[in-house]
Amino acid sequence: MDVTLSVNGVSRTASVEPRITLADVLRDELGLTGTHVGCEHGVCGACTVLLDGRSVRSCLLFAVQAAGQEVTTVEGLAAADGTLHPLQKAFHDAHGLQCGFCTPGFLMAARELLDENPSPTESEVRTWLSGNLCRCTGYQNIVDAVLLAAERMRGAP
Amino acid sequence: MKPAAFEYLAPRSVEEAVALLAERGEDAKVIAGGQSLVPMMAFRLATPAALVDLNGVSELDHARVDRDTLVLGATARHRSVQELAGLRERCAMVAEAVGLIGHPPIRNRGTAGGSIAHADPAAEWPALLLALDGEVDAMGPGGRRTIAAADLFRTYFTTALAPDEILTEVRLPLPAGAVGSAFVEVAQRHGDFAVAGAGALMIVADDGSVADARLVLIGVRDTAVRSVAAETILRGASPTDPVLDDATNAIRSEIDPVSDVHGSSAYRRRVAIAVARRAVTLARDRAHAAVA
Ligand SMILES: Cc1cc2nc3c(=O)[nH]c(=O)nc-3n(C[C@H](O)[C@H](O)[C@H](O)COP(=O)(O)OP(=O)(O)OC[C@H]3O[C@@H](n4cnc5c(N)ncnc54)[C@H](O)[C@@H]3O)c2cc1C
Ligand code: FES
Ligand code: FES
Repeated sequence: MDVTLSVNGVSRTASVEPRITLADVLRDELGLTGTHVGCEHGVCGACTVLLDGRSVRSCLLFAVQAAGQEVTTVEGLAAADGTLHPLQKAFHDAHGLQCGFCTPGFLMAARELLDENPSPTESEVRTWLSGNLCRCTGYQNIVDAVLLAAERMRGAP
Repeated sequence: MKPAAFEYLAPRSVEEAVALLAERGEDAKVIAGGQSLVPMMAFRLATPAALVDLNGVSELDHARVDRDTLVLGATARHRSVQELAGLRERCAMVAEAVGLIGHPPIRNRGTAGGSIAHADPAAEWPALLLALDGEVDAMGPGGRRTIAAADLFRTYFTTALAPDEILTEVRLPLPAGAVGSAFVEVAQRHGDFAVAGAGALMIVADDGSVADARLVLIGVRDTAVRSVAAETILRGASPTDPVLDDATNAIRSEIDPVSDVHGSSAYRRRVAIAVARRAVTLARDRAHAAVA
């Protein structure tokens, strides 16, 4: 089946079987390997992308189901000139990653949080990100990074 | 692990969906949020030959409070329910339970109808349906029928819905007046399926006695379960702490939790009684606050 969807603002078409997930289409057909695939059954959050602005597990969505919708991946976070998104910058500055496998999922989940709540508390950040697993950092620096990004995005000193 | 091949069908109306499901027979399955079905397909625990996708059926996509009833179409997401204005004030038990379902990405896709059709004994929606004496509409080749909550859940992952029926609407009556309610659970992490959980609702009469009480438990046997024993003790009584103790201890005879990696049967029993007590206490205190 031919599936046309908008990915990071660009209309893309792929020819895929219905059983192929959005995660696999992004990675294998469209070459967007920033979206990572960990567990493939909804538990780890590595594959989190935004669908029409809302976070979803791209391993639990068949690409045919996303036809006509707007998908945002980690590749869509930075500006066109390569300037990092405040979340990416904060993950860098606050050491919010080690191996980086989980990072795209955390960034996309955090992006949805900050879109909806620009001033989350530490506890709100932890609860929101509870669906994303990280095997390296112990989470503390990830939470710090999201709080730092929120502060910078609010324009606080 | 990748799902096996299937035929993808995207009907635009309930009528069309029912016809497609009937035509493809037992090997076809409905997909709503896909948050339970797709993991099962990835494990090849489910290998449907055809998937009938309800996401393009616009008549199923609604969520609203109609007078005293929460009305949800089959594709109303957990998230859409969370976003209904004033729901927490109207029925805290529903708002709290839905907030405990999975994580934001799961709630953005998963549906109340899908959760009820899936009938996981640790899921929140079947418990809410039972506690609020709700009902669902199902549409099949033979037409539409309404199934009351008490007649719906049979055992693990099994409901009274026939394989060729589509659950189209969920209705939950929300009690009004001097009412308080709560949903409390213990889980490994926020958003995980509960080790055990409890929803409670209490209505207090003018003289301070309990006019109505509901207690529902999850994760403690093959389906979510209303505690008749606890409700019987509470109704008509004065809801003092010793009475709440008696009521929540009475659930012992009605639950039969299994042992698994997250806890032994004995541990789950203790957790169930503890969360039941917390939920009933909150329901009582909130009912009193509603009177004041
Ligand atoms: C990581 C993770 C954590 C989760 N945590 C929780 C949790 O804490 N609590 C909880 O309750 N759930 C949890 N879930 C499950 C989630 O809530 C699902 O959304 C829900 O159980 C099923 O709804 P769905 O719309 O996704 O259904 P689907 O996955 O699409 O379908 C599930 C089953 O129901 C059938 N079905 C679906 N809709 C209909 C219909 N309208 N008529 C007839 N049959 C239908 C399907 O054929 C399938 O057999 C979790 C899921 C994941 C991946
Ligand atoms: S790969 Fe999708 S949640 Fe793990
Ligand atoms: S940085 Fe390695 S898994 Fe998170």
